[in-house]
Amino acid sequence: MTGGTGMMDRLRHNPAALGIGLLLIGAALIAGAEAWLTPFERTVIGFAGINIILAVSLSFSNGLTGLFSLGHPAFMMLGGYTAAILTFPAMRKSTMLPGLPEFIATSELSLLPATLAGGVVAAVAALIAGFPVLRLRGHYLAVATLGLIVIVQVLINNMDSITRGAIGLAGLPRLSNLWWIYGWVAVTLFVTWQLKHASLGRALMSIRENELASASIGVRRARLKLFAFVLGAFFAGVAGALWAHLVTNLTPNSFGIVTAFMIVVMVVLGGSGSLIGAALAAIALSVISEAARPIERAIDAYGLVQIVTATLLIAVLLFRPQGLFGSGEPVTRRMTTPGKPPSKTSHEHRGGFPNETS
Amino acid sequence: MVDTPDTLLEGDRLSRRFGGVVALQDYSVKLSKGDLLGLIGPNGAGKTTAFNLLSGVLPPSAGSISLDGRNLTGSQPEAFAEAGIARSFQNIRLFKDLSAWENVAAGYHMRHGAGWLSTILALPGARASERRMREKACALMETVGLADFIDQRAGDMPYGHQRKLEIARALATEPRVLLLDEPAAGMNATETEELKKMIAVIHEDLGLTLVLVEHDMRFVMSLCRRVQVLNRGELIADGTPEEVQATPAVAEAYLGKGRGKKVA
Repeated sequence: MTGGTGMMDRLRHNPAALGIGLLLIGAALIAGAEAWLTPFERTVIGFAGINIILAVSLSFSNGLTGLFSLGHPAFMMLGGYTAAILTFPAMRKSTMLPGLPEFIATSELSLLPATLAGGVVAAVAALIAGFPVLRLRGHYLAVATLGLIVIVQVLINNMDSITRGAIGLAGLPRLSNLWWIYGWVAVTLFVTWQLKHASLGRALMSIRENELASASIGVRRARLKLFAFVLGAFFAGVAGALWAHLVTNLTPNSFGIVTAFMIVVMVVLGGSGSLIGAALAAIALSVISEAARPIERAIDAYGLVQIVTATLLIAVLLFRPQGLFGSGEPVTRRMTTPGKPPSKTSHEHRGGFPNETS
Repeated sequence: MVDTPDTLLEGDRLSRRFGGVVALQDYSVKLSKGDLLGLIGPNGAGKTTAFNLLSGVLPPSAGSISLDGRNLTGSQPEAFAEAGIARSFQNIRLFKDLSAWENVAAGYHMRHGAGWLSTILALPGARASERRMREKACALMETVGLADFIDQRAGDMPYGHQRKLEIARALATEPRVLLLDEPAAGMNATETEELKKMIAVIHEDLGLTLVLVEHDMRFVMSLCRRVQVLNRGELIADGTPEEVQATPAVAEAYLGKGRGKKVA
């Protein structure tokens, strides 16, 4: 049938239509999931969505720019606590969180503004931390960002008049559902995709590819690194907020080094810098870890998932260090010839170069 | 020192030490618009160090650098690029994992890239700037003879083409001065001849001011009207190719004492 390929081509060259189509399919799936699946199954799908946000945003800031940050859990914590405090029932705030300023203590926000606030707080924290931390490279940066996790944990533990310290916040309203979570998944993918496939994305990747050359063509490294770090932190904050309102409780140990490890594995599996790769790896690891839970219980071997994941990571690093898709995307392996409207001319070049030689 | 009005790039008594090693000592250079200067010297003479200072990759230990009267001493390489100084590297530094056109387009980012918010929202301005950059990148690749490699992964390109691509990327920053660090290194005779033509085009048609570091004496002597010779970090000759070749210190630096009189 010619209609099929014709439609595929039209979609390929009309990203807006493709996007709307994907959104509709996604919405139909979520509606189906909300209607027919058990609460447990929906929760698992929710976790997968949160993991997608985390992995995609980390693949953006780490993979494109070449920053090796392990700080995502710190930003999740900040976003999660911020949102949780904002949505906490005002009646209970005065007794449980006496240290809050008046305007927060008396208000009770809905999920969307709370989530946004969580993302913004995480982003601001990344902006402040980024100035000194992003001067470091490679494993120095990794260690320094691990320090961020510790700092945030200590702060939350000790600011108990607004966080309840080590006890944590329990009985949060269960506001996250698949609509909210996957709405944010869509936003995360859209924003990172747009940036990656534009001049800014090339500038970011140039830093990863060769920092000195990147500087010598005028790419403002410090600024762009900070931008990528802050954007990643924003989405980590959002993910933390969604997590808190899915699990309905939050302690200073909800996210830690194990979380950082799991997200990094997703990014490495998917291909550092690949957004779709990170999303697919996030789904796969979420499903595996849920599926393994009954097995862990049956054979009384808790922590099996972590061991399997770590083994998987080592195998990938040994045999396919570029991960699933390298830093590219499965759907745009080949660029259409730039400079020409992609409607007609792109066909000629797909799969080969033009014939004439110079 | 008073600047003559047409001085474009000026390095004034530049020195650079690495620990106890003096890589460059009191090196001065003055370029007017449209100059084509060759910088030569034996291995370890300080040519690349001079380039690294002039492009801001390394800060000088002493001395100053200015472009069009604007002092750039101690600035980051980004500021040098923004001011209009572009360079290529002796050991090619391409963005290997990006395609060839993306390498060139990255060069256009500094002056033509859209902001983050308009990029995310795909505002008309951002889309137009993206289209313009793609067109410019393609046109530039055609100019340097790489039209067939637009979609090729940069790291997979033949060596000679990688050098050309690096020059195209530098040109994409729309520089006023272009520094080429051993552009002919590792090229065969045909490629060198092509490169020579390309440099002539850049110099004459685009009206760029150029500095070449080169090992290949014949290459430099045939292209440049002015040549500087460095030896052990010091400038030992500065003049036309004929004058430089007649300088005894130059022959001595290349061939040792009491030997032949002509280089090249």
